[in-house]
Amino acid sequence: MLKSLISYLQNANLMIQISAVAIILTLVGIVFALTYFKKWGWLWREWITTVDHKKIGIMYLVCALLMFFRGGVDALLMRTQLAFPNLHFLNAQHYDEIFTTHGTIMILFMAMPFIFAMFNLVVPLQIGARDVAFPFLNAVSFWLFFFGAMLFNLSFVLGGSPDAGWVGYPPLSELPYSPGPGVNYYVLGIQISGIGSIATGINFIVTILKMRAPGMTLMRMPLFTWSVLASCIVIIFAFPALTVALALLGMDRIFGTHFFTMLHGGNPMMYINLFWVWGHPEVYIVILPAYGIFSEVVSTFCRKYIFGYKSMVVSLMMISIISYFVWVHHFFTMGAGPGVNSFFAVASMAVGIPTGVKVFNWLFTMFRGRIRITLPMLWTLAFIPCFAVGGATGIMLAVAPADYQFHNSYFLIAHFHQVLIGGVVYGLLAGMYFWWPKILGFKLNETLGKWAFWFFNLGFYVCFMPQYALGFMGMTRRVYTYPAESGWGTLNFVSTIGAFMMGIGFLFIVAQILYSIRHGERDTTGDPWDGRTLEWSLPSPVPHYNFAQIPVVDDMDAWWKMKQQQKEGIQPQKEPLKPIHMPSPSSLPFFMGLAFFICGFGLVFNQFTIATIGLIGVVICMLWRSLEKDTGYYISVEEIKKNEAAVRGL
Amino acid sequence: MKKTGISSRLKKLLLCSPLLFLLTGCSDKYILLNPAGPVAQTEHRLILLSAILVAIVVIPVIVLLVFIVIRYRERPGNQAPYQPNWTDSKILEVIWWGIPILIVAILGFATVRDTFALTRPPSEQKPITIQVVSLDWKWLFLYPDSNIATVNYCEIPTGVPVQFVLTADAPMNSFWVPQLGGQEYTMPGMEMRLWLQADREGVFEGRGANFTGKGFAHMNFQVVAKPQSEFASWVKKVKGSAPSLTQEKYDLLAKPSVVNKQSYSSYPPALYQNTVNKNGGIYWHHPMPMNEPHQMPMEN
Repeated sequence: MLKSLISYLQNANLMIQISAVAIILTLVGIVFALTYFKKWGWLWREWITTVDHKKIGIMYLVCALLMFFRGGVDALLMRTQLAFPNLHFLNAQHYDEIFTTHGTIMILFMAMPFIFAMFNLVVPLQIGARDVAFPFLNAVSFWLFFFGAMLFNLSFVLGGSPDAGWVGYPPLSELPYSPGPGVNYYVLGIQISGIGSIATGINFIVTILKMRAPGMTLMRMPLFTWSVLASCIVIIFAFPALTVALALLGMDRIFGTHFFTMLHGGNPMMYINLFWVWGHPEVYIVILPAYGIFSEVVSTFCRKYIFGYKSMVVSLMMISIISYFVWVHHFFTMGAGPGVNSFFAVASMAVGIPTGVKVFNWLFTMFRGRIRITLPMLWTLAFIPCFAVGGATGIMLAVAPADYQFHNSYFLIAHFHQVLIGGVVYGLLAGMYFWWPKILGFKLNETLGKWAFWFFNLGFYVCFMPQYALGFMGMTRRVYTYPAESGWGTLNFVSTIGAFMMGIGFLFIVAQILYSIRHGERDTTGDPWDGRTLEWSLPSPVPHYNFAQIPVVDDMDAWWKMKQQQKEGIQPQKEPLKPIHMPSPSSLPFFMGLAFFICGFGLVFNQFTIATIGLIGVVICMLWRSLEKDTGYYISVEEIKKNEAAVRGL
Repeated sequence: MKKTGISSRLKKLLLCSPLLFLLTGCSDKYILLNPAGPVAQTEHRLILLSAILVAIVVIPVIVLLVFIVIRYRERPGNQAPYQPNWTDSKILEVIWWGIPILIVAILGFATVRDTFALTRPPSEQKPITIQVVSLDWKWLFLYPDSNIATVNYCEIPTGVPVQFVLTADAPMNSFWVPQLGGQEYTMPGMEMRLWLQADREGVFEGRGANFTGKGFAHMNFQVVAKPQSEFASWVKKVKGSAPSLTQEKYDLLAKPSVVNKQSYSSYPPALYQNTVNKNGGIYWHHPMPMNEPHQMPMEN
């Protein structure tokens, strides 16, 4: 294996060789810096072994932003290649690898950790809990994601990236057409992080159902928490389908089975169905939390209760159910009969109904409110028109006979980027700006944030509106180049300009974060936005035990109500101060992730000894955990009082 | 801040631009809006209908948003009403649950009607059949009636429904001639059917629409539509002058490569069925019901 890797690197093109060197230098730099500043102990104690949901959330956020960067660079490389007809900036093989990694990274290693960051950072604080239901499992989820993402990214420098598209349809993704480790990396990287995602889904359902503060009935729950519940329900029903699809594809490739081959009775349609049984709900997994974020942001920055709370809850749940009945719209053109196509077409349109209702409820929350245009609100305002158009083109695609014309064209590309960027990315950025001061204790700089916003938002339209038009010109997705006679040149060039504007926007976000770490406005009140839900009743950053005393809730927007009552001299109810039970930190989740990584790496290269060693490691970690007697520790009342006095500046 | 007002308006303009493309149907470059046959025509009509119906929701949303943001912005001396506890209205809720339901009902009806209609031959004329095999990375067309074959182009008579029977001897691709109608996948070991018809003469660009690896970007072909008599003489010409496609030549052709247009005067009669069978069609031991459109062996 080592020999083949070395020969791969020797034969790889300059770009990959440079990247390999850059990665090694970065690693050496990190090791050196940690040693020089004596930070190894800090890294180990405070981060790697942590089971604190807030720290896990921060780690998810950092990973998501790094992956956003990598996926974004992929996008810019593609847009550069397509800027002019017949360009030779990338060859077909490189282009194929790059669009595959772009799609996989953006969905599974950017959007997913970004929503998990929001789940972790916010949900326990919003419902008045001290941690998630299973803090250890939460850490396992993170490390599985982390090592899954590492394994996937490793493909770039070790052995070659996957090149069969982010959907990995057989027979193209089977061995005869995709030899080499690329698709194995895809299968195993996603598989490992996917196990973590299922665990996260279970963890947050239990947390939300069992760990709410006294008095917080389901219908008093903040809408973000509702959206997380809806999203997690979708996760636990949808992700197993992906796990099965990838496991069977992996067995085809690694052990020579024939689940999805054409020979020996295999059937690729089974993969395509399983993939989209997960794949379509997946887009709702990532968009539902964004809906929740918009609901919180709109209500807070209009100083008004959300309009039509019940409608909002009903529509969230409706979306999470209908989202299971639309998957065939990804392949209307694969020969399903007219009856099947009709059912899935109408179901796909129907999903637009509750979504439309949500948009109107957000609008009418602003109506007769007082709109404060801060960064979270700015992204929310940009979301509404963007998502309305993206949703509208989605309805157009749901019309099955029309989809025969749109399928695989740039019209489709423009549509899903518009809903995933205009919906998910805008939502997650709004959420990041909104909760950043709560978690890290300082606000992100407004001026730099506005530059980022305008570059990214205008860049979006310049990039993707021309792609709708290109769809009408018959341009198909995944072509690495096109002839000059096609007449697609001008619009592609405009689109590329837009992509680079978005890239500049992203750089402004990076600059904004770096600048604000030193110079950002510190939040000393714990409630910088005049918030409405329980997380804003805590000091920023939040102490590790979250709530010294668990609050008692008697209405929606509990903290807003408490503030109103405090003005009238009524003190909020709280449970009495008593010792707090906390889970102990543990290094097992990290080692379990590492063992999965070793197992996955072995399987990628058909090295079964390495894979077995990794698998034994996984089993040992599980046994170790099962036999562990550590039941956590208590924080004494004195310690809580001392700490509260310090953080609340009393 | 005035900036937001102006830029929202600008955004609105930008947002409407795709709709403008749709409604004006302007230049020749927008081939989806320039249908040349009844199938593409039906799809084109649905595209326009859906665009208009969604605009009924999208335009008010954008107008409302602009109005609300300008009027209810927090600034000193804003006289607009402020009702922080106003949280629901039955009438409003009925309106915005009702209108989308109505729109989906109308669009759903049209969709179902046309979905079924498009599985039937587009006109009463006697149809012809062309078998299509997608290869890495070229298109092979077989004419079972006259036993001729072409590569990367095919000719069809105008005004006659053509049933394309699709399969692949490579990873699955998708057969798409935008001006004649939407696409259908070509899958190894399976047979898919697609009805198309050209109502006027012309050369229509077709492409492989589903990614199949390195040479995928070059998988273009042309469909040449000409009157029945000219079509017949073209068949005669190919029959008389072109070389024949032997099994050896086919095996060579099936290897990954990008090639130019080719014509063949004959091909082994079992070529098509063998191709389907060797890719797994053998596992579907069912007779192919030729007269039932869209019936896949899988569904039997």
